[in-house]
Amino acid sequence: MAALTPIYRKPLSLVLPTVAASGAVVGLFFGTANGSGLLGIVIGAALVAALAFLYITLVKNERIAMYISLAVMVVLGVLFGGVPGIVLGLIFGWFFWWITFWLYEGRYRAKLLPYLTPGQVLWHYGFRVICGVIFFFLVAPLVPVMWLSFNAENFFTFTPEMLRFDPAGYSLKHYQDFFTNNEWQRSFKNSLIIAPIATIISVSLGTLAAIGLSQSHVPFRRAIMAILISPMIVPLIISATGMFFFYSQIGNWMEGTLGIDKNITGYIKVILAHAVLGIPFVIITVTATLVGFDRSLTRAAANMGANPVTAFFKVQMPLILPGVISGGLFAFITSFDEVVVVLFVGSAGQKTLPWQMFTGLREQISPTILAVATILVVFSIALLTTVEVLRRRSERLRGMSPS
Amino acid sequence: MSDTAQSEVQTGPVLAADGTPLKKSLGRALRLQKTRALMLIAPLLLFVLLSFIFPIGQMLWRSVENEMVSQTIPATVKELAKWDSAAEELPPEPAFEAMHFDLFLAAEAKAHTRLGSRLNYEQTGMSSLFRQAGRKIDDLGKDYQKEFAAVDPAWNDGAIWFELMRGEASAPRATAVSGEEARRVAVIIEKPIKAANAFAPSQEIATLLPLTARAYSDMANFMVFEDGDVVAGEKPWVSIYAALARDLESADVSGYSGPQADLLKAASGAEITPVVFKTAFAEMDEDWVDGETWRTIQTHARKVTPGYFLNAIDMQLTPDGAVSQPEDRQILITLFQRTLFMSLVIMGSCILLGYPIAWLLANLPMRQANLLLILVLLPFWTSLLVRTSAWKVLLQQQGVINDILVWLGMISDEGRLVMINNQFGTIVAMTHILLPFMILPTYSVMQTIPQTYLRAAKSLGATSWTAFWRVYFPQTIPGIGAGSILVFILAIGYYITPEIVGGTKGVFISNRIAYHISSSLNWGLAAALGTILLAVVLLLYWCYDKIVGIDNVKLG
Repeated sequence: MAALTPIYRKPLSLVLPTVAASGAVVGLFFGTANGSGLLGIVIGAALVAALAFLYITLVKNERIAMYISLAVMVVLGVLFGGVPGIVLGLIFGWFFWWITFWLYEGRYRAKLLPYLTPGQVLWHYGFRVICGVIFFFLVAPLVPVMWLSFNAENFFTFTPEMLRFDPAGYSLKHYQDFFTNNEWQRSFKNSLIIAPIATIISVSLGTLAAIGLSQSHVPFRRAIMAILISPMIVPLIISATGMFFFYSQIGNWMEGTLGIDKNITGYIKVILAHAVLGIPFVIITVTATLVGFDRSLTRAAANMGANPVTAFFKVQMPLILPGVISGGLFAFITSFDEVVVVLFVGSAGQKTLPWQMFTGLREQISPTILAVATILVVFSIALLTTVEVLRRRSERLRGMSPS
Repeated sequence: MSDTAQSEVQTGPVLAADGTPLKKSLGRALRLQKTRALMLIAPLLLFVLLSFIFPIGQMLWRSVENEMVSQTIPATVKELAKWDSAAEELPPEPAFEAMHFDLFLAAEAKAHTRLGSRLNYEQTGMSSLFRQAGRKIDDLGKDYQKEFAAVDPAWNDGAIWFELMRGEASAPRATAVSGEEARRVAVIIEKPIKAANAFAPSQEIATLLPLTARAYSDMANFMVFEDGDVVAGEKPWVSIYAALARDLESADVSGYSGPQADLLKAASGAEITPVVFKTAFAEMDEDWVDGETWRTIQTHARKVTPGYFLNAIDMQLTPDGAVSQPEDRQILITLFQRTLFMSLVIMGSCILLGYPIAWLLANLPMRQANLLLILVLLPFWTSLLVRTSAWKVLLQQQGVINDILVWLGMISDEGRLVMINNQFGTIVAMTHILLPFMILPTYSVMQTIPQTYLRAAKSLGATSWTAFWRVYFPQTIPGIGAGSILVFILAIGYYITPEIVGGTKGVFISNRIAYHISSSLNWGLAAALGTILLAVVLLLYWCYDKIVGIDNVKLG
């Protein structure tokens, strides 16, 4: 139906003021940066409106108009800001050209219902802009972190060299520091020891329990579910407080009565604590997967002579594996990203990566944290991709249409 | 099936294939199924109960538990129970006497400082009072040690003391005294002592010199089980001499015929200064003869106390009942209010920002919505510390936002905005961190609302706003409710982010709990604060369960 919307050229009386307004907004920023905001508004509005008038009445060719627009803005950019100015010039040059023709040719109406009033059209695009700003708020904070992690100086702030895109302003020394510094390496190793073992415990126990919970007749199902989910609901600080008291006694007992080495006791304590925290995630994802599981498959397996264990590993497990793995990833990330409990339960020997980052952020501020943060962002993108792929695979296996 | 077979089945009870009644057979199968399900759940359930629910329960108990006073100075607590603090200014002499020996043992075990810090939560100055007492408690005993040594130097010999106190090897033992003292030493040194291995004075000595027998048993048990020494080979503690002096004031030793009888009789006949424990305490510090000190101890001797909870709401338990803390110490109520207020603001801003995004995602074609969903999930999957450090980079005074504003000329270089280490910083950073928890539930609810409802409303003459407000919005309330409660529960217990970007003005109650756990070591108060927080969260969780149901929690 959208295709039915008639598209026709708009009068200059609509195009020019709108374009001038966008020019004024940009002009305001550059004006204030260079002394006078008011002058910036006037010049910006006039310049962009003049250019738009030029394209529409004289040039009449979109491609040539684009080159003109880019050229003008890049020249302006170089005049005011050097190398970063070129980048900004390219962006704004393209933007002003695009918005001029988008409005003039009436393309903004193309995908909308034909009967919308101008106010509704304005709201439609205004809403998109608001959403864009919110998405920007969600994602943009991560950008400076990654950018600053290549800083050549030991600061948390941008240096003039970095802004000029001068190679001298960039270096990999914080990454080098992360990979060579003993403190960071030890905490990284600790994280790599604690998180996988905790994950294995929560996944194995959690999967078993989820299978039990998904049977048709389970007494006290709600109460059991509430208990198993509780580590996710109780605020971490309270869990940590409770575990702090509990595990100090357990630790004393293991060291005193069983004679286990202090360091190993520390790991056991943290691993058990993290395993509990990961369990709700495994339970939730695996029970969700089991909802769609066709029980007649296990019955068919039993019918053909498979004992329950074989039926589980050969029939049920491969089908619920995506859910199990994504539950495991949740449990892994919970442990890998956890600070409060390890801070309370562990001792210096079990310092994990988040703990090291936490003390780093609180005390000595070193940009190595930003390098680690960047590595973790890359890591989480990899995890996100895995979970997404698994989710689709699971839906396909369960016979739902892949989205 | 033929007609005859059908009528056959209908007459008798329905039978299973093996001949048992079907009802019974089904019942057995059901039981088997239930047991199997429970067996599968059992390992995890036990694990969670033991290593999560139990520690939480322990924490709840710790918020009212107050055994330290009665464990460290048990005899004093018993004596103080007899003291009517309203009628008499100071407790009677036996209380001072009991305190002397309790404190001596506690000082040997270095438990007196713990007790001092515990009582210091209730009345400032207690900590230093007890620490000082630990140093000076020997003074009284030393005087008497000198006096007895002047009578006979043999009183300095540990072996002779041991002989005197133990009596003949075959003499009857004072098992009651022995067991009692073994128990209290075991509590103080936190190690088990078997009653059979504990030192037992002879029955005769225990009746003749009761105080000395007790003090000596304590010393003997402490030396053997804590220090691993041989009692007879060590010089006795000086407190024993004070005890002996007190005992000899009233004891008639003329009938005594056990070991070292002559020595004891000589001492009994000698001129020994009468012991007044009250004076000894007064010499240590005048606060010991201040009734307030003793009233505080008496008030907090209870094994179960509401004191920590009162502290948690800025009150305190005094001898006159519960009263408000002095103005300058009232911070916790403010902190609770601030936690609630900021959590509400965070929840509100999450609704404001999350609703449009959820609407957009629900109304876009699937392919585009999935792409945009990644932008929501990316921060969700990114480490919490990464996001917190990102906000530190952005908000600090030399940070990105201030730099941009200065570059734009909107603020001067000197007038950089303070956006971190205050409430603003915490609210912005936590809104960013918790926003996905609002978007995801709202989105999943909006997905189920057909677009046609809005169009139908409009075709019936509603304006866009009416159609949205009267038709669409009410259907999204479950999603908003679920998201809000989730965000609120998470926000109210947050620790890491406020700790890093909150400074002093933007911290939550959880930061206070962490402070009491790791810095001030007032664990009882930390537990009480945690219990209150837990109660609030469980209440909200219950609401969440009513609105959404725990089973419907979805991830990612």
